[in-house]
Amino acid sequence: MALTYDEVVAKYEPVLGLEVHVELNTESKMFCPCSTIFGAEPNTQTCPVCLALPGALPSVNEKAIESTIKIGLALNCSIAPFSRFARKNYFYPDMPKNFQISQYDEPICINGYVDVEIDTDEGPKVFRIEIERVHMEEDTGKSLHVGGATGRIHGAEYSLLDYNRAGIPLVEIVTKIVPGTGKYAPQVAKAYVGELRDILRSLDVSDVKMEQGSLRCDANVSLRLIGSQVLGTRSETKNVNSLRSVERAIRGEMIRHAELLNKGERVVQETRHFQEESGLTRSGRSKEAAEDYRYFPEPDLVPVAPDAAWIQTLRDGLPERASIHRKRLQEAWAVPDKEMAAMINADVLNLVEASVDLGADPTKARGWWLGEISRIANDKDLAISDLSITPSDVAQIVAFVNSGELTDKLARQVIEGVIAGEGTPAAVIAHRGIKVVNDDGALMAAIEKVCAEQPETAHKIRNGHLPAAGALIGAVMKETKGQADAARVRKLLLAHLGQAE
Amino acid sequence: MSSLSRDDVANLARLARIQMSEEELVSLSHEFTVILDAVARVQEVASADVEPTSHPLPLRNVFRPDVVLPSLSTSEALSGAPAQEESRFRVPQILGEE
Amino acid sequence: MIRDSASQMAKALAAGDITSVALTQVHLDRITSVDTDVHAFLFVDTQGALAQAAAVDAKRAAGEKLSPLAGVPLALKDVMTQKNVPTTAGSKILEGWRPPYDSTVVTNLRANDIVILGKTNMDEFAMGSSTENSAYGPTHNPWDLTRIPGGSGGGSSAALAAFEAPLAIGTDTGGSIRQPAAVTGTVGVKPTYGAVSRFGLIAFSSSLDQAGPCARNVLDAALLHEAIAGYDARDSTSINAPVPQVVNAAKSGDVKGMKIGVVKELNGDGYQSGVRIRFEESLELLAKAGAEIVEVSAPNFEYALAAYYLIAPSECSSNLARFDAMRYGLRVGDGEGASAESVMNLTRKAGFGREVKRRIILGTYALSSGYYDAYYGSAQKVRTLITQDFDKAFQKCDVMVSPTCPTTAFKIGEKSNDPIAMYLNDIATIPVNMAGIGGMSLPAGLAPEDGLPVGFQIMAPAMADQRMYLVGAALEEALLTKWGAPLLSKIPELRGK
Ligand SMILES: [Mg+2]
Ligand SMILES: [Zn+2]
Repeated sequence: MALTYDEVVAKYEPVLGLEVHVELNTESKMFCPCSTIFGAEPNTQTCPVCLALPGALPSVNEKAIESTIKIGLALNCSIAPFSRFARKNYFYPDMPKNFQISQYDEPICINGYVDVEIDTDEGPKVFRIEIERVHMEEDTGKSLHVGGATGRIHGAEYSLLDYNRAGIPLVEIVTKIVPGTGKYAPQVAKAYVGELRDILRSLDVSDVKMEQGSLRCDANVSLRLIGSQVLGTRSETKNVNSLRSVERAIRGEMIRHAELLNKGERVVQETRHFQEESGLTRSGRSKEAAEDYRYFPEPDLVPVAPDAAWIQTLRDGLPERASIHRKRLQEAWAVPDKEMAAMINADVLNLVEASVDLGADPTKARGWWLGEISRIANDKDLAISDLSITPSDVAQIVAFVNSGELTDKLARQVIEGVIAGEGTPAAVIAHRGIKVVNDDGALMAAIEKVCAEQPETAHKIRNGHLPAAGALIGAVMKETKGQADAARVRKLLLAHLGQAE
Repeated sequence: MSSLSRDDVANLARLARIQMSEEELVSLSHEFTVILDAVARVQEVASADVEPTSHPLPLRNVFRPDVVLPSLSTSEALSGAPAQEESRFRVPQILGEE
Repeated sequence: MIRDSASQMAKALAAGDITSVALTQVHLDRITSVDTDVHAFLFVDTQGALAQAAAVDAKRAAGEKLSPLAGVPLALKDVMTQKNVPTTAGSKILEGWRPPYDSTVVTNLRANDIVILGKTNMDEFAMGSSTENSAYGPTHNPWDLTRIPGGSGGGSSAALAAFEAPLAIGTDTGGSIRQPAAVTGTVGVKPTYGAVSRFGLIAFSSSLDQAGPCARNVLDAALLHEAIAGYDARDSTSINAPVPQVVNAAKSGDVKGMKIGVVKELNGDGYQSGVRIRFEESLELLAKAGAEIVEVSAPNFEYALAAYYLIAPSECSSNLARFDAMRYGLRVGDGEGASAESVMNLTRKAGFGREVKRRIILGTYALSSGYYDAYYGSAQKVRTLITQDFDKAFQKCDVMVSPTCPTTAFKIGEKSNDPIAMYLNDIATIPVNMAGIGGMSLPAGLAPEDGLPVGFQIMAPAMADQRMYLVGAALEEALLTKWGAPLLSKIPELRGK
């Protein structure tokens, strides 16, 4: 029996747990000096350390430690005065040492929180997500599965391994269990990951590109009967790679769990994989026979014990917190809540801000990013950040409109040209020959021509029926290929026909 | 008196990725009865008030700057590979998780 | 020439009496003539060694300033990576592997123009006390070919005693430099943990492993010590401080006023009578040289062996996980339908010897959830207690001393089926590794009952390695006066062949 979401939340309370892995944007790897540049030829960014050749030893990247402490501070965590790396032992071909250097019972950051605000039936409401820990670890290599029908692991004859990604610094951010979100669980989770992404971006510690995997979310979900204090069995959905998928995956898991529980079946504790196409999850590895990772302190590395002065220096260098920053922008720009939310949802807030920083009027900048540019991104099915138009382009376009060199209509053509790769706004204007017709003589010629073609309309206007002017203005604009300033045309037209505003 | 059964040894061998014959499993479980008795002596003095030492040196905060140094060439990286293809290490099919 | 010390050879090279190429060649010839019987070497790098020697000769001819040991040949334990030279750690699983990089020790040897003759035999992954656990067959003790040369660095010590090389590199996790030195009548030093970089040392037990010099006398060991020691940013546990002046200490040998602590617990029952006789005699000689002999107690040393056989296997179970047939080394069981997991299982079955498997399984157990606290955790606490014992004792003395091993070299095969009896060999050497301090073994003479070498162990506080050299040089000097010639001059020419 398929259940509706409303039926699920009427009976059960979801409990969430979110683990987010973030790839740091350091130049070199976590434990060796190999480059981290994305997309290099296979096995060109490897060395004895990240290939786990016999005899090689790790050494810790200082910038990665600093970035992790900054993340901890931004998430309101305590920074441990003493923390250690530990080995997590398990065999897997994409992990060269067959252990991952991670942190276990002595993580570097503990006990923080993030507040997220979402719209509820009772209006906006803040949910506090408590952070259990933030710790450092390393990424694995990449395997390419050959011989299977779909290039997937199942049915593959063999695999090809590239260790360029092995040893890329990762930070894992783990929440405490999150109860009490009720039917808003999927939205809260989405808002949390979005907030994390904004914070990480403002810290400039990661590229935070979910599509490229530099930010990945694992979502743990369990259900319990409303009123019950006992935690249900959880499933862990891996590598959900967009904000929208976070929401969909959690909603889907809640329904799947509820259907099992209603039938009297049990939820299996396992890893599941989110399927982007269907929005459903597929069973992965069962965690019932718990893997024994045999953690122990990494004997090749020494403890990390940041002193108070170092932590204070890092704290002093933190940017303004994302939520405070947004409040400040909203006030400065005098934007209504709804418009602010629209910018956040469309992921253009930082683009608008950058345009404003370059001199654009906030309302105009917002209008272009939320309007024409969002529309083009939608049509092309791309993220706005993937379009080739920059805040600087938008600021220049706004300036051209202000100075009267462009009309709004022409500005749209310029935007289209910039996105099409024709260059800067100035280059597009030059190349397409776009210009506002400011020559009154040329406009008068067009006005006379139009009045001659539509004598009845012209007559109406002469008799004081001003609303009829629109049709003739439109015709003039058409005549001038949109390059005229409509306000100027109106003025000249009315004067020509003996009328005033 | 600590001891390990044949099945305990089999489970450890699975965790350690070492195939073992029946003979090895049985004889190791016998040996472990003796060895574990000997090593379990550490518990006699390991009281709660003793701090563990995981490392002989009291070092802290040893880091390297975030600077890229040259990697191995691809051919050096792959020089020991039992099998390779398209500049990658070729390995038998990986069963289990994606 | 081959019976000279390294410093004598260095002097002859500097004086132009011999070239490094010639010196290297006589050692290569010696290896050719005796190594079929001794089996100290797993690989002899004839071409590489001669090329390196020729380069040193050219530098010398050009008048370049060279390091004290420039041009002197050396035998390298096969646990150190050397670029493009086969490196096996005594294991089948690495047969034929040629590393694409040099260990820091090799880099330092090259920087000092020390000529690397080849790679020496060892217990597989340094796990053993007899070199019988090598996948490539045992090494024989040059004093008596039916006996073990110690382990795990038996190849290095045997190469010295058989005059195949005047210098060698060893590594010491629980005594693998000192115990082979003791049973072959040579000198072996385990420096303070962190003094010599571990980068390129194929790890057995990371928190215990330490490379060090092996030689035929104390001064040679000191010269080699200074050549290989020093800070290395690639080893996070490397000591970032100046190397102690061990050469000066070895040249001085002045022990007047020094307090030498005899460890009460490392003597008596279980120690062979000839070992005790030579130990007592050495103490008398040191007292005569002006040192004060005091007794110190280390009550927790009796737990050191148990703790060691938890810590070392635990770390090795993780360190050896990388030998999985995916990126290098042996691969067994590949073929249609084989999975990565089954290939790993079969390769590790075929590639590891019995002792290695035993320790991996023991370590896997000691780290597993539910047993960690009882085993690994408790062993770490014992480590604290042993370190405290040392700290207390060093308040009463400058160095501590004991016999290096309870017995002289035993017969090949004698203990190979009794792991516990084998483990007992290291009872006096292990505490040093647990605390990360320095330890030296030097020859104290021959046991009257079997005519085999006995080792005298000197232990010094961390970062005070020079003290071992002071005391070692003093004892060596006194014994030399007594014997009239170095102990190795008494070695029979390959007895028991
Ligand atoms: Mg993790
Ligand atoms: Zn690397």
